[in-house]
Amino acid sequence: MTKRSLRRGAVTTAALIAVAAAPAFAQDEKKEIQKYQQMIAEGSPAELWELSGEELWTKKQGPKNASLEGCDLGLGAGKVKGAYAHLPRYFKDTGRVMDLEARLLYCMETLQGRSDKDARARLFGNANKPSEMEFLVAYIVGQSRGVPMAAGASHPKEKEAFEMGKALFFYRAGPWDFSCASCHGEEGKRIRMQDLPVLSEPPGARKAYTTWPAYRVSNSQLKTMQWRLNDCYRQMRFPEPTFGSDATIALTHYMAVLAKGAPYAGPGTKR
Amino acid sequence: MKTKLILGLALGALAAAPFALAEPTADEVAAIQKRDFHKRGQAGMDRIEQDAVQRVCTDSHNKPPEALAKAMESDQLKAIPFPSGSLIGDWKKGAKVASGGRGMTWSDDPKKPSAGGCYNCHQLSARQPSYGTIGPSLTGFAKKRGNGPDMQKYVYGKVYNAKAYSLCSNMPRFGSSGTLTEEQIKDVVAYVLDANSPVNK
Repeated sequence: MTKRSLRRGAVTTAALIAVAAAPAFAQDEKKEIQKYQQMIAEGSPAELWELSGEELWTKKQGPKNASLEGCDLGLGAGKVKGAYAHLPRYFKDTGRVMDLEARLLYCMETLQGRSDKDARARLFGNANKPSEMEFLVAYIVGQSRGVPMAAGASHPKEKEAFEMGKALFFYRAGPWDFSCASCHGEEGKRIRMQDLPVLSEPPGARKAYTTWPAYRVSNSQLKTMQWRLNDCYRQMRFPEPTFGSDATIALTHYMAVLAKGAPYAGPGTKR
Repeated sequence: MKTKLILGLALGALAAAPFALAEPTADEVAAIQKRDFHKRGQAGMDRIEQDAVQRVCTDSHNKPPEALAKAMESDQLKAIPFPSGSLIGDWKKGAKVASGGRGMTWSDDPKKPSAGGCYNCHQLSARQPSYGTIGPSLTGFAKKRGNGPDMQKYVYGKVYNAKAYSLCSNMPRFGSSGTLTEEQIKDVVAYVLDANSPVNK
């Protein structure tokens, strides 16, 4: 496993060098970038995150010296297999629609007795300071590979979240007048060389949602869906959305419901 | 005054449209954002508040009633402070403004000048293969459309406030929003229109 990952790492590095050294002619550069995109799709360090995440899932910690193994992700306490494909969904114990990240925070607090501040100590990691949340998410989502997406869509709160997510998706504001649809609202568009999926229609939502969370080469980290939304809003020139808030969950839920039926294929690899 | 009346009528008509029951009201959408977003760096909570243009474009899914669009575009145009004298700056400086993408996010230093991010959405120089396609290609713009005073005024105005020409354009209002300075916009105008600029080579 480790050997394979190392080899993959070497391939990625070689691909990066190939891109950096590409001649400044449009066609060649495009080809090089395509080659690089193909390479990173084939091999991903995401599996290392999955393994570390599994260790953290079973590790006893917090004031209650408990693991997260008893956490109910929607399919019952401790049931991890296929759980992510059914999120976000309504949870009776909190009376809220929750995504994976919000649910993990909840379990850290209830099962492990950790404070909200402690659970949120490092929601986004970097090479020097990795994030517990990102490891845990990698493990959980990996346990839904191949499972068709089936986010909750029948409870009134779930319907409400879907509609709110849709409204937020099209809400234009900020100094640059952006909404999510400014970049993800029309087929066949891109920013620089980056293709943009239309996230308000099932084909684009399926493709994007089933490949996030993802190992992101430019961050050298596995990034969560909460991070993805956070960085989109940053680039939209908005104020910051609060991690795990109803607004971010509604938006995630909107895309998850649109992705219904597509087999989960993550954690993916992105540029 | 007239615009306000039309705006009021249009918003009234939009609000009365037969939406699904579960659809949240504009107030509910505003309320959840007020609660679930927070100020960070230069990005304050005032950025969540919509102005009339943003409101109309959101409510109409970027297809505003034509009369309303015309009236509001005209108001936006009147508010552009066109400088007197030449609008053509330095195309070499304009190239940097067009290539750069920084500015206005919560992670940007507000004391540093912002860039325009033109290449994120437009093709400009034919020699730059990394360009976006949300906006139209501007390669060879001056060769196709000329670069006389009227065209200079149009390009300056379009960069300053794209909504004066197309109310629900995806393009930011780089002047009105305080993203780019008058001098930077003149440099971008030169980058698009100057015969020596790579855009027109």
